[in-house]
Amino acid sequence: MNSMDTIRLGCGAGFSADRLGPAVDLAQRGALDYLVFECLGERTMAFGHRDRMLNPARGYNPQLAARMRAVLPHCHANGTRIITNMGVANPRAAALLIVEIARELGLPGLKIACVEGDDVGHLIDDDTAFMDHPGTVKDVGLRMVGANVYLGVDALLPALKAGADVVIAGRVADPSLFLAPLVHRFGWALDDWTTLGRGTLTGHLMECGMQITGGYFADPGYKDVPRLADCGFPIAEVQPDGSFIVTKLPDTGGCVTPATVKEQLLYEVHDPSAYVTPDVVASFRNVLIAEVGVDRVRVSGAGGLSRPDKLKVTIGFDGGFLGEGGVSYAGPNARPRAELAAEVVKQRMNRINQRSGGLRIDLIGINSLYQTAEIPAGDSTDVRLHVALRSTNRDDIDTMLWEAESLLCCGPAGGGGYRGQITPCVVTHSALLGRDQVQPTFEMFAA
Amino acid sequence: MSQPRRIHDIAHARAGDKGNISNISVWAYDPKDYPLLKRQLTAERIKQAFPKLFTGTVTRYELDDLHGLNFVLLDALEGGVNTSLNLDSHGKSFSYLVLGLPIEE
Repeated sequence: MNSMDTIRLGCGAGFSADRLGPAVDLAQRGALDYLVFECLGERTMAFGHRDRMLNPARGYNPQLAARMRAVLPHCHANGTRIITNMGVANPRAAALLIVEIARELGLPGLKIACVEGDDVGHLIDDDTAFMDHPGTVKDVGLRMVGANVYLGVDALLPALKAGADVVIAGRVADPSLFLAPLVHRFGWALDDWTTLGRGTLTGHLMECGMQITGGYFADPGYKDVPRLADCGFPIAEVQPDGSFIVTKLPDTGGCVTPATVKEQLLYEVHDPSAYVTPDVVASFRNVLIAEVGVDRVRVSGAGGLSRPDKLKVTIGFDGGFLGEGGVSYAGPNARPRAELAAEVVKQRMNRINQRSGGLRIDLIGINSLYQTAEIPAGDSTDVRLHVALRSTNRDDIDTMLWEAESLLCCGPAGGGGYRGQITPCVVTHSALLGRDQVQPTFEMFAA
Repeated sequence: MSQPRRIHDIAHARAGDKGNISNISVWAYDPKDYPLLKRQLTAERIKQAFPKLFTGTVTRYELDDLHGLNFVLLDALEGGVNTSLNLDSHGKSFSYLVLGLPIEE
């Protein structure tokens, strides 16, 4: 369908809970060679391990089945191959689930490759040192739930070469999910650092989905985005030299402009001349960005230096619980009433429980997100008291929420709308592993 | 007297997080405003504007060809998404903290 000289990559998800509809749209009408779902963050990884501990058959992305049911028939019909890290902490169970779904859908013979080797829990011990701050695993004082090393393209290439229609992995570096099909199809050398740097930029720009097509961008009156509610996912049209055009399906909402591309260029980037992945140390310093049509932006000029000898590992720990609760105050004198409520909670947590340490209280509508920034607070007649506490002891959290709820009858006048919730927490730290200690493998399953 | 202009009038920005490190990229809408942006937003000014929040080193990288600045702020996220009790534990709203700074004429 496409010229041999261009590869069309689509991004069908930029985070674990990303939208499904625009991914189906791409699968159906995108004329894609590859559709990539990037669904993994440091915390989602750790939550995957927790899920797997509770049920050994789980631990993959909770939306995996819904996504595969919706896109597999289109991808199969259009010759689009799927690459994803939705395997999270259990790629094998995820692969078997896809096999089952492919059979249900009547797609016999579909080849699903499960990539493993990122789970390195057995290589981590109490004395494993962290990479970016002092201390070792034992200093954390929490139960480790899992450890995963960032795999690169070398882990994905054998599966692509073996003809997988779907490649499902766990912790693979986000840009590598997009770089792998480029290396595979263009035959790029794994030490051609400049070209790998360019392909890594493609992956970096694509991996957050709509963040390059108008999502996370709109600022009414300053940066307007057409039809944001119907925003499309991005497409990259990549040339053999690694330069590419970022675009989207023409009748979708959103926009691709030099401004959306620039914001994403440095998203979660520190030194623009040293973006480290398992494949290359990419440089975005001399990148050129040019508008070449409506919602078409050409990106070129990235570079690269040789890949690192050590690979980053994310270690997840069970962090207990986060409790959050709130009560609202509105109308005349709302702010002083909310401030009094905050004082009551503080005093009681102190007196009864000696647990005010670590307690955070915000007044939403007055100053919450920027409380620590100490921006002079404005006034409001619609203020919400928000209390938050983390603890490995669930009783502490229950007590705090009880105190917040009791404000309804025991606090200042006119308080209403109590809500409280408790969510599990994970804590993550990073370490380094020698490349030689990591051995990625793959296994092919047929539907 | 007209309202003092803010960085928001001449630039757009995006914030991201990695652990306890935040980065904020700031881009001039009009290349003509880039020199002004560069003079206004020094690493020193960002740190001094929010000393209790941005407790660590602030480094500025410049992308002159694209008219953008990238600020990397160590120890800026109240411990990071794992431990912060801020409603915005990723510091996504930090971009507008910088855009809210006045342009000092």
